[in-house]
Amino acid sequence: MSVHTSSGTESDTEVVVIGGGSTGCGIARDLAMRGVEVTLVEKGNLTHGTTGRMHGLLHSGARYAVSDQESARECITETRVLEDIASHCVEETGGLFVQLEEDDDAYYEEKLQGCRDCDIPAEELTAEQAREVEPYLTNEAQRAIRVPDGAIDPFRLCVANAADTERHGGRIETHAPVTDLLVEDGEVVGVEIQHESGPGKRVHGKEGETEEIRAEYVVNATGAWAGRIGEMAGLDIEVRPSKGVMVVMNVRQVDTVINRCKPKGDADIVVPHETTCILGTTDEEVSDPEEYPEEQWEVDLMIDELSKLVPLLEDARTIRSYWGVRPLYEPPDTGTTDPTDISRQFFLLDHADRDGVAGMTSIVGGKLTTYRLMAEEISNHVCEQLGVEGECTTAEEPLPGSEDFSVLRDYMEEFGLRSPIGKRSVQRLGSKAEEVLKTGERNPVVCTCEAVTSAELRDAISHAGTDLNATRIRTRASMGNCQGGFCCHRMAAELSPAYDERVVRDSLDELYQERFKGQRHALWGEQLSQAMLNHALHATTMNRDRDPARKEEPGIEYGAFDAGPSPGVSGDGSTRATADGGVRSDGGTPDSGAGRSGKSAKKREGEHGDQ
Amino acid sequence: MAISDDVLVIGGGLAGVSSALAAAQEGVRVRLISHKKSTLRNASGLIDLLGYADGELVADPFEAIPVLPEGHPYERVGIEAIRGGFSLFDEAVGASYLGAHTDRNALVPTYGGTVKPTARYPVSTAAGLASDSRSTLLVGFEGLSAFDAPLAAEHLQAADVPFDVHGVSIAFPKRFRSDATAMRFARALDRDEPAENGESHTRDVLVETVKAHLDGAERVGFPALLGEDTPEEVRGSLESALGVDVFEVPMGPPSLPGLRLEDRLYEALDEAGVRVTTGNPVAEFDTENGRITTVYTDRGGQRVPFEASEVVLATGGLVGKGIGSNRKGVYEPVFDCYVSHPEERSEWSREGAFDDHPFARFGVSVDRDMQPLDAEESAEYGNLRAAGSVLGGYDLANEKSGSGVSIATGYAAGRAAGEHA
Ligand SMILES: Cc1cc2nc3c(=O)[nH]c(=O)nc-3n(C[C@H](O)[C@H](O)[C@H](O)COP(=O)(O)OP(=O)(O)OC[C@H]3O[C@@H](n4cnc5c(N)ncnc54)[C@H](O)[C@@H]3O)c2cc1C
Ligand SMILES: Cc1cc2nc3c(=O)[nH]c(=O)nc-3n(C[C@H](O)[C@H](O)[C@H](O)COP(=O)(O)OP(=O)(O)OC[C@H]3O[C@@H](n4cnc5c(N)ncnc54)[C@H](O)[C@@H]3O)c2cc1C
Repeated sequence: MSVHTSSGTESDTEVVVIGGGSTGCGIARDLAMRGVEVTLVEKGNLTHGTTGRMHGLLHSGARYAVSDQESARECITETRVLEDIASHCVEETGGLFVQLEEDDDAYYEEKLQGCRDCDIPAEELTAEQAREVEPYLTNEAQRAIRVPDGAIDPFRLCVANAADTERHGGRIETHAPVTDLLVEDGEVVGVEIQHESGPGKRVHGKEGETEEIRAEYVVNATGAWAGRIGEMAGLDIEVRPSKGVMVVMNVRQVDTVINRCKPKGDADIVVPHETTCILGTTDEEVSDPEEYPEEQWEVDLMIDELSKLVPLLEDARTIRSYWGVRPLYEPPDTGTTDPTDISRQFFLLDHADRDGVAGMTSIVGGKLTTYRLMAEEISNHVCEQLGVEGECTTAEEPLPGSEDFSVLRDYMEEFGLRSPIGKRSVQRLGSKAEEVLKTGERNPVVCTCEAVTSAELRDAISHAGTDLNATRIRTRASMGNCQGGFCCHRMAAELSPAYDERVVRDSLDELYQERFKGQRHALWGEQLSQAMLNHALHATTMNRDRDPARKEEPGIEYGAFDAGPSPGVSGDGSTRATADGGVRSDGGTPDSGAGRSGKSAKKREGEHGDQ
Repeated sequence: MAISDDVLVIGGGLAGVSSALAAAQEGVRVRLISHKKSTLRNASGLIDLLGYADGELVADPFEAIPVLPEGHPYERVGIEAIRGGFSLFDEAVGASYLGAHTDRNALVPTYGGTVKPTARYPVSTAAGLASDSRSTLLVGFEGLSAFDAPLAAEHLQAADVPFDVHGVSIAFPKRFRSDATAMRFARALDRDEPAENGESHTRDVLVETVKAHLDGAERVGFPALLGEDTPEEVRGSLESALGVDVFEVPMGPPSLPGLRLEDRLYEALDEAGVRVTTGNPVAEFDTENGRITTVYTDRGGQRVPFEASEVVLATGGLVGKGIGSNRKGVYEPVFDCYVSHPEERSEWSREGAFDDHPFARFGVSVDRDMQPLDAEESAEYGNLRAAGSVLGGYDLANEKSGSGVSIATGYAAGRAAGEHA
């Protein structure tokens, strides 16, 4: 329920969840499914924080099997759950822990034993067997352990959780930062949010307006930002943000997650994702989760180290790099100095018990793989506070879109999609494919690198509005080799005619800028050549850098430019005789000979049809 | 035994072709070696000379050129060579290009819905010039998402063009695969394939559909896909049937006007007696007394030698692979000519997508005789010249000067090579 007042709006709900990452979306879904009235508020779009900037490894737990067996057990259990309820977000690639010559034998044995202790299926492979699984694996590999690691798409996962929250009556409010906590008599009773300007779908509020949302309970699921929310109520929450880099390759050099079998270290995993591979990562404490240096050496390190495992990476083409910050938490007085030693477990901080401020709990730490479990535990806690009896059903109820894969194969033929495109669109959409693809209209491929069709984009736009970055996240359009050079403008055109030309242009500028920003750290080799090509396409041919429609550009005096040669009138300062015979300003039939030399042009069958 | 010529041009883009034609005019034996198709496949087919100087729109490039900074390719070659290069181009392409009647730039609407300044334009785009005040209909096709005609029309209105314009999106008379390119549409028009209904042909159905939307428009623009092999015939037949002028709106890759220009230029090379060897890259070379004596192409591991007394390097820029880069630096891969660039990779680009990017200016620098210079500013080799986008010191995108620089520097380098040979 909401009421308009002069200063803004007020509304109330039972629970406010702050943060639209995997944790917040998971909590919102869990509570909504238990019948609790829930509102999720997120300052950017969904996945704006760490969730949109992580490695995408669905942990079997093997990674933690030596150092942190409790986390390892949670991982294998949750991986099994997600393979079930979120099959459209997960690719069961399997994973290898590869021992190189210089790596310690004892650690290998501990890893194997650790997996067995934690019930993580672990199979030993000889070097030859490992190379049968992954032909590009180095000849230096000694042996490997095969485990059920996988790849998970965090974007789809969050969107599916948010969609299900809405289906169960919840409210999802993006582009709405919490600007203050409402505290009355030492108790948190709600939040104040600001409805932001900028593109995106805003259903509930107007740009620039504030809204007070009063709630019986508030959950702080802002990850690395949790301390900032805490400060709004005078609470001290010791998150220790730690950054990590990821480098995206142009092709999928491996089909299995490849881990280096050695104790913690930088640059030790390659995760295959859709058509790419992602190399990662580093672990370095930073003081501010938003402002931290993104350094070239980190990118170089990924390639140098990981090409020891997969030599092909040395000369492969990178597409872009990005960084994320882990929301690590350390209980007061632990005093760990190296962030890699901080536990990967998660913590519920009930501020009533801890700080004497009732009405709010923060959840910090953890990892994406265990997001559902984290959500379950905090939802149990919240329901206890509210006296709600509902049972958690999130481990059994599939997420929307994941239900039925087999029927989807039929759609491919029905929609006349060629197999890779059909298969991939259909997988991306899960069981929503029919609704989305069956529009009865022509359905051209808009993003050729990622094979995203116009129908998929329009569906994403119906949720994301003019925020093309949100549409990109849902569909992967503009995220392939060309980094949007060939398709940003086509994506923007999908906004028309629902939005007017000015809005389309602004959204395009914003998307193109964001795509460029992401590539800057990977600008060398093929990717630099691509950047120059994109620059030429958008600035030279399209003149988007000096678009005369932009208000900042001075108006054009059209009369000062060439309007075409008219026969008989001599040009001003012409350099040679007028080319004649080619212009038909009288509307008559053309001169037959213009431009034809009599010889017929060469055939180009096949050669130029690839874009 | 090595194949021997007077002038060897490496690279088969606009710069290489211009060099070869200019050298041939000197009456010497010229060979052009090119690895792959040129950048023209990607380019709009428009021939820019100089569209912006210091961020200001330029109406007459010849007024703005004299104030370009030292080291800019136009400053290196001078006005006379620019004019010479353009005359050579005009002759080579004949009536298929227009714009030579004036020094002024033309403003051509392109597929993003803006207009852009250019010096020469394919005859197929001529009826669309933005300084022409005739009312205009833009037609786009539903399956071809790169050109959204209604949106482009609105965009042109926002740019205050001096004519009425509206856009319509129609179904192409024939259905294609969902990822079909402009090529496929062009072929259907070339061959006038049977339309989807099976009763009539593509062109007729297209004309009937467009007629219903004409509403008094005096000219009609289509995306640049009006025929691959017989564009004049396709456009001519549409014009007579519609009773108005028809023009093409230049598009992105694969660009038909760019490819048509490439065909035309190769015919000109043939007519000028230039020998052309394509398909393999130049990979190695020999020198003697600071001069290049032989270059070798790599034909699947086999070395094929070519001897010449003068060599022109026209291998393109970052796009054409005449300039390469890796994590450590930027280089010129054939002769390892010096390429100046910031040491820190983070300084190769700026934050904003359309900022003034150092990478856009990467390339070799030359003296006024077009000889590449080393880090100490002396000529790398006694008989090497460079031309086109392998040169540094200009931002073709920002300035709208890409083809013009390739033509003018190609002409200057080719002529000098021919004179010395
Ligand atoms: C480099 C790296 C690699 C990783 N790799 C993996 C991996 O392979 N597998 C795995 O399982 N885990 C991985 N993780 C961990 C995992 O990504 C995180 O644990 C998880 O995404 C955290 O989700 P979250 O929802 O808690 O936090 P976030 O995703 O950060 O969500 C918090 C949200 O709160 C929002 N917010 C902040 N302030 C406000 C405010 N004032 N008002 C409203 N909203 C606000 C933020 O915008 C953000 O969207 C990785 C992490 C990093 C950094
Ligand atoms: C997307 C795009 C849009 C553009 N739009 C416009 C426009 O609207 N107007 C305009 O005026 N300009 C435009 N340009 C710029 C213009 O097309 C180029 O500047 C110009 O074509 C470059 O010509 P070039 O001959 O210097 O190089 P290229 O055309 O790149 O030719 C280089 C040639 O060298 C060959 N080569 C490279 N290495 C070797 C080797 N080792 N051995 C043998 N051969 C080799 C290549 O295969 C190629 O054939 C655009 C460019 C792009 C990329």
